[in-house]
Amino acid sequence: MASVTLNQVGKVYAGGFNAVKAISFDVPDGSFCVLVGPSGCGKSTLLRMVAGLETTTSGEIRIGGRRANELEPMERDIAFVFQNYALYPQMSVYDNMAYGLRNLKTPKAEIDARVREAAQILDLNDEILSRKPRALSGGQRQRVAMGRAIVRKPAAFLFDEPLSNLDAKLRVHMRVEIRKLQRRLQTTSLYVTHDQLEAMTMADMLVVMNDGRIEQIGAPLEVYNHPKSLFVAGFIGSPSMNFLEGIVVDSGVLQLADGQKLGFDAAKFSTASGQKIVAGVRPEQARLAEEGIDFNRELIEDLGSGRLIHGKVGGSDFTVLEGAVTAPLCQGKLQVAAEALHLFDAASGQRLSA
Amino acid sequence: MVERSPFANIFAHVILIIGVLIMAFPVWLAFVASTNAPDTISNGQMTGIPGGHMIENYYQTLFIGTTSTTRAPVGMMMANSLIMALLIAVGKICISLLSAFAVVYFRFKFRMLAFWLIFMTLMLPVEVRIYPTYKIVADLGLLDTYAGLTLPLIASATGTLLFRQFFMTVPDELLEASKIDGAGPFRFFKDTLVPLSMTSIAALFVIQFIYGWNQYLWPLLITSRDNMQTIVIGIRKMLVTQDALTEWHLAMATAILAMLPPVLVVVAMQKYFVKGLVETEK
Repeated sequence: MASVTLNQVGKVYAGGFNAVKAISFDVPDGSFCVLVGPSGCGKSTLLRMVAGLETTTSGEIRIGGRRANELEPMERDIAFVFQNYALYPQMSVYDNMAYGLRNLKTPKAEIDARVREAAQILDLNDEILSRKPRALSGGQRQRVAMGRAIVRKPAAFLFDEPLSNLDAKLRVHMRVEIRKLQRRLQTTSLYVTHDQLEAMTMADMLVVMNDGRIEQIGAPLEVYNHPKSLFVAGFIGSPSMNFLEGIVVDSGVLQLADGQKLGFDAAKFSTASGQKIVAGVRPEQARLAEEGIDFNRELIEDLGSGRLIHGKVGGSDFTVLEGAVTAPLCQGKLQVAAEALHLFDAASGQRLSA
Repeated sequence: MVERSPFANIFAHVILIIGVLIMAFPVWLAFVASTNAPDTISNGQMTGIPGGHMIENYYQTLFIGTTSTTRAPVGMMMANSLIMALLIAVGKICISLLSAFAVVYFRFKFRMLAFWLIFMTLMLPVEVRIYPTYKIVADLGLLDTYAGLTLPLIASATGTLLFRQFFMTVPDELLEASKIDGAGPFRFFKDTLVPLSMTSIAALFVIQFIYGWNQYLWPLLITSRDNMQTIVIGIRKMLVTQDALTEWHLAMATAILAMLPPVLVVVAMQKYFVKGLVETEK
């Protein structure tokens, strides 16, 4: 059990590419931290730096209060779950799980006990334990990779997109399994993914990264409800947030590009008259109605549980998510409650505050 | 051929059978000669059917040897050849595995230079560098020793290149997983790389065993004592006689015996050998 602390951690590659820029955050003992961001944002590099697979060029990494920068991966007391699992193809499942412990010169009886315990937790029977990895299904390989991590009883689990090689159904299943397992073991975890849904559902603590920097840190719902920047607002949530550009014409009144007006809560956002801003609306918080601003409907997607209505407002793409499909489709107008609006400064991309 | 008419089938088989006969006939003749009495062969009375002296001829060949030319039992020559071929095959596999491991997994100074130097030895087989190699072996006092016989043939690049190509296809994650599991470089080599290379090792073993077994020029230069003769040299010596009759029945028995070990190695390792050469599954 340990916390993981990053202090001004940075990584510059030999070629001069600055992959990770002065990142600081603290993962408390036992919590599940998800690093999320688009491809190439530096999240995997950061995780590999924590694991010791990449060198850290500046700042300090502490695992369990101990400085880890100069430690070899195995001395850091971590376990790493790879995207492609990286199971040793020549070893049986049992040996795959026991290998790390054998290298630590753990007594045989204890290795056996720990492997059996992990196998039981992960529902791997004796027959599977004796197989080679190539004779396993994707989900079983994933579980073996987890098993290899938990037999070590490490201070921290590090996951590098462990679910992206699975099909959609299995991914949802394993997502729940991993989360349950982590709850049960109470092991501090760092989990990298580019899938915002995985990030939202699994995290105690969400770190949104972009271009080597942290955009926002917070609990998933806090990040969802109060995105600090346009990037976070657009990245978190599916279908993603709609954005409408406009100018503040009056206190609490936003004029869109085509001249239509939209009201917002002036007490929540301090704006100057004439300021260019971007208003964000979550698809499920907009509603088609008889009254409201003009909405040009272009396409309807039925989801079964609801429907997505794609269209345009003042030249910008806009999507509405309707929960129930009971009501007949309303025509042409869009209603957005004032409290559903997120406002961002158009120039800086930052959220406006009160 | 897509269509299989009976005529094409027969035609293909006739061609193949003719090929097999051309290949097998000399071997069969050698075997027949090795089972006849010496005077039957020299009088030209030998038929295509094995004679009745097989056991005594092979006994004399293996344990006594020819009376005039080689003065040593062929059993000993076979032992010499076997030791030489095994040392070359095993030595080359060890050296190649280690050097490929170094070139692929370690970032040291002059790494590429080392690689190219190894690569260039491909262009310098023993025949080309025979004088300097002989001089070095002679100066080191290794004439008439197994070390002198095998060391110069062990050093070459083919195996290193084979393993280098293979190691480059091994996913980096396996190395990283090993690091996290606390396996140092040697552990990774022993526990992961070598087991994964097993089929390549088998292929290289077959090739190098036959290469070593068939060596003629180098053993001819480096060995002079009778008890260091290899079987290939022995056959050659048996055939060239100044003032006695060539003992054909013994020479042919020796030829048949010389063929057996390479055949055994190929037959025993054929499965791995083919797998090692076509290995693409990763």
